[in-house]
Amino acid sequence: MTMQDATPPLSQNENGHSPALMVRRERRPMRRSRRIADRLLRLACIGCTALGVLVLGSILLLLFFKGFSALSVNVFTEVTPGPNSPGGGIANAIVGSLVLTTIGIGVATPVGVLAGTYLAEYGRDSALATVIRFVNDILLSAPSILIGLFVYFFMVQPLGYNGWAGGVALAIIATPVIVRTTEDMLRIVPGSLREAGVALGAPMSRVITGITWRAARSGMVTGILLATARITGETAPLLFTAFNNNYWFSPSLMGGIPNLPVMIYKFALSPYQNWQDLAWAGALLICLTILALSTVARLLLNKEKAQ
Amino acid sequence: MSACLVLVVLAGIIGAMIFGAIPAFREFGLGFLTSSSWNVPKEQYGALVAIIGTVTSSFIALVIGVPVSLGIAIFLTQLCPAWLKRPISTIIELLASVPSIIYGMWGLFVFAPLFARYIEIPISQLVEGLPVVGTLLYATVPSGQGIMTAGIILAIMIIPFIASVARDILDQLPVLLRESAYGMGCTTYEVIRHVLMPQAAISLIGAVMLGLGRALGETMAVTFVIGNSNRLSGSIFDPGSTIASRIANAFDEAQGMQLNALLALGCILFLVTFTVLIVARLLVARVKSY
Amino acid sequence: MTSLNTSVMPRIHIDTAITGTPSSAPDTTAPALPVRISVRNLDFYYGTFRGLKDISLDFHDRKVTALIGPSGCGKSTLLRTFNRIYSLYPDQRAEGEILLEGQNILDSSVDVNELRARIGMVFQKPTPFPMSIYDNIAFGIRLLERPAKSELDGRIEEALRKAALWNEVKDKLRQSGTSLSGGQQQRLCIARTVAQRPEVILLDEPTSALDPISTGRIEELIDQLREDFTIVIVTHNMQQAARISQFTAFMYLGELVEFSPTERMFMNPAKKQTQDYITGRFG
Repeated sequence: MTMQDATPPLSQNENGHSPALMVRRERRPMRRSRRIADRLLRLACIGCTALGVLVLGSILLLLFFKGFSALSVNVFTEVTPGPNSPGGGIANAIVGSLVLTTIGIGVATPVGVLAGTYLAEYGRDSALATVIRFVNDILLSAPSILIGLFVYFFMVQPLGYNGWAGGVALAIIATPVIVRTTEDMLRIVPGSLREAGVALGAPMSRVITGITWRAARSGMVTGILLATARITGETAPLLFTAFNNNYWFSPSLMGGIPNLPVMIYKFALSPYQNWQDLAWAGALLICLTILALSTVARLLLNKEKAQ
Repeated sequence: MSACLVLVVLAGIIGAMIFGAIPAFREFGLGFLTSSSWNVPKEQYGALVAIIGTVTSSFIALVIGVPVSLGIAIFLTQLCPAWLKRPISTIIELLASVPSIIYGMWGLFVFAPLFARYIEIPISQLVEGLPVVGTLLYATVPSGQGIMTAGIILAIMIIPFIASVARDILDQLPVLLRESAYGMGCTTYEVIRHVLMPQAAISLIGAVMLGLGRALGETMAVTFVIGNSNRLSGSIFDPGSTIASRIANAFDEAQGMQLNALLALGCILFLVTFTVLIVARLLVARVKSY
Repeated sequence: MTSLNTSVMPRIHIDTAITGTPSSAPDTTAPALPVRISVRNLDFYYGTFRGLKDISLDFHDRKVTALIGPSGCGKSTLLRTFNRIYSLYPDQRAEGEILLEGQNILDSSVDVNELRARIGMVFQKPTPFPMSIYDNIAFGIRLLERPAKSELDGRIEEALRKAALWNEVKDKLRQSGTSLSGGQQQRLCIARTVAQRPEVILLDEPTSALDPISTGRIEELIDQLREDFTIVIVTHNMQQAARISQFTAFMYLGELVEFSPTERMFMNPAKKQTQDYITGRFG
């Protein structure tokens, strides 16, 4: 139903009405149903969004409320208590998680950066690169429990629960993220920069390491931060690899490693009050870490965009 | 180079799954898929309960999650004033980065009791004795834990995910398309329904499938709220199991044949999830992971 | 001033060593100018499309030669064959000979990286590296040599002076190269190239992205650089070519139409096509 703006010639049309009158008649308000449909849609969309915000708010509030009330110095200094024993903290779980995350990111970063560099600089649109990209994207969304099972099969069955397996599982989850962001960030670097480097006589590897990586630096760091945030809360893969432990762990990382997510899983579902409290504290810590990492990553990304 | 490592890992995962599952399949044959028994002492295992649980909860998650996600995406791209866009996008992305275990805890401690009190009990009282609905919606033990709850929690988890992808898809539609539709005098609703959606339909389906892939494999949140029962029940308010939650629950004490059964479950999950993900990737061009 | 008057003899293949005398060109009587680069029968392909058709041309030592012509005529393509930067792109290839001091640089045995240090290039868009001004210039130097710190400092100052940038940046060498203005960035790129002490400098429309004042400064700079380097400049601005070059080559649709001393080219072009282009009838 279009509006006729232009003044039509003053002749008569087939209905016998003069066009000038036609114009006036056309300008009646839209059919009610259209307006209602439009309104409904708008309300629905706003409602959905409000729902999302509400849920997040509720989760965060709950977490902060219960988590903070459970926080105390003990949480950071004492080891996880045995069943039915009072007090205690989660120091070993915290340290264990730090260790596992470090292994995970430590393995994922070089593999991911190199793979991403390959995709952006060397392979580009070749068949191999396309396949790798595809597989990488699939791994990116793969259920983490399956990754845990895979690592279990290869590293735990022969060796028993150990921390290395947990680290490797986390690395497998983190690597696709880093590959993805590295490639995307490197692609943003303008080709003229590369040509200028090559024109000076630098071999391609030198151009990449000395110029292109530097240009994409903050973006790549963002990717690593996001990957870290991603693996910080992951529980499923650790269930069968690093498992858990109520005490300190050996430096060789063999045997179960205490870690926050699995600890939370066990304690939250337990009947003991102090265990549940500790679980909340752990959950809060995880959430805060993820928030911090995401915020820093976002700030870096915005700084990069602004340049 | 190290890029090949990615391929190697994937191949490894496939290999391990199949390898570990073979004994279980050999023992039970295809009956494994349809058997609903899960009896540890008698060493009888069947995947039916878990499969049905997975399918049902994911289905519920989609039914609830997809409209809401699309609603959010539409809001962000079409209706939202510019100053609001960034904060809300950030909130949605934060929702996406909350680890599933925290959703699980929230679900168990906050949502489940409320759900039980305000929804399960009233509805159960309402439908008690009625034919079909009477079994479907009747909660034998209104604890708030069950397939429905799991479905809702899953929905909440995949909403930010699908919403981000859908938002990117809608953003990439050519501006000219919108402008020409508005220029003809269409209302927002009409522009969205008749112009934008059809254009983006294929990609949006891909986005939904990505969400589905996520829901199928989700472990921790589901494990907290699904009740983990091995019996098949007719009501969606009753506890059940999904493949992922079954594996998570039973793994630490599993030995021998039970272990193989669990690995077989993993194999099934793997096949289903990866098929969904592959189709999804083919439908959607690349998706921002940040 | 002797020159290669290709309007009289369209295909003169002169192989002149740096100090040698031309082996043909019967109408040259004055002593010949030494030639730094000699192009012979050069063809260039983008896939199956022939971008350069049988180009033969000499570039004289320590002179500025301008390549002019309408868009798509092949002038940038020709320029980019000299430092083989086209080899970054798999479907581009060159056939023929380009002689630098008697050696064919298109030969596969040539070390491309070393070649590119001998023949430097400055691009249309200023491309400062994401590092400090100091490191920008040091990057190129360090590729082939390992000078001591004091020597490095000296080289960097020398390069910046040659690029007429020293006074403006001497107090802020540690600042990022991207913090400079457009004209300064381009001069930084020139300094970067000059620091490698090349024999030839290629300039691909170096001022087309700059404002008139910066353009003027860079044109002055080119005039000074001429004392030490052989310069080839691609420009679509004919007035610029007339201002700064001693020799001009006019190209059209991948072919070399005319090549002569600049004054003669603009005052009295031998070919009608050249005349039409110069007077603005097309392009």
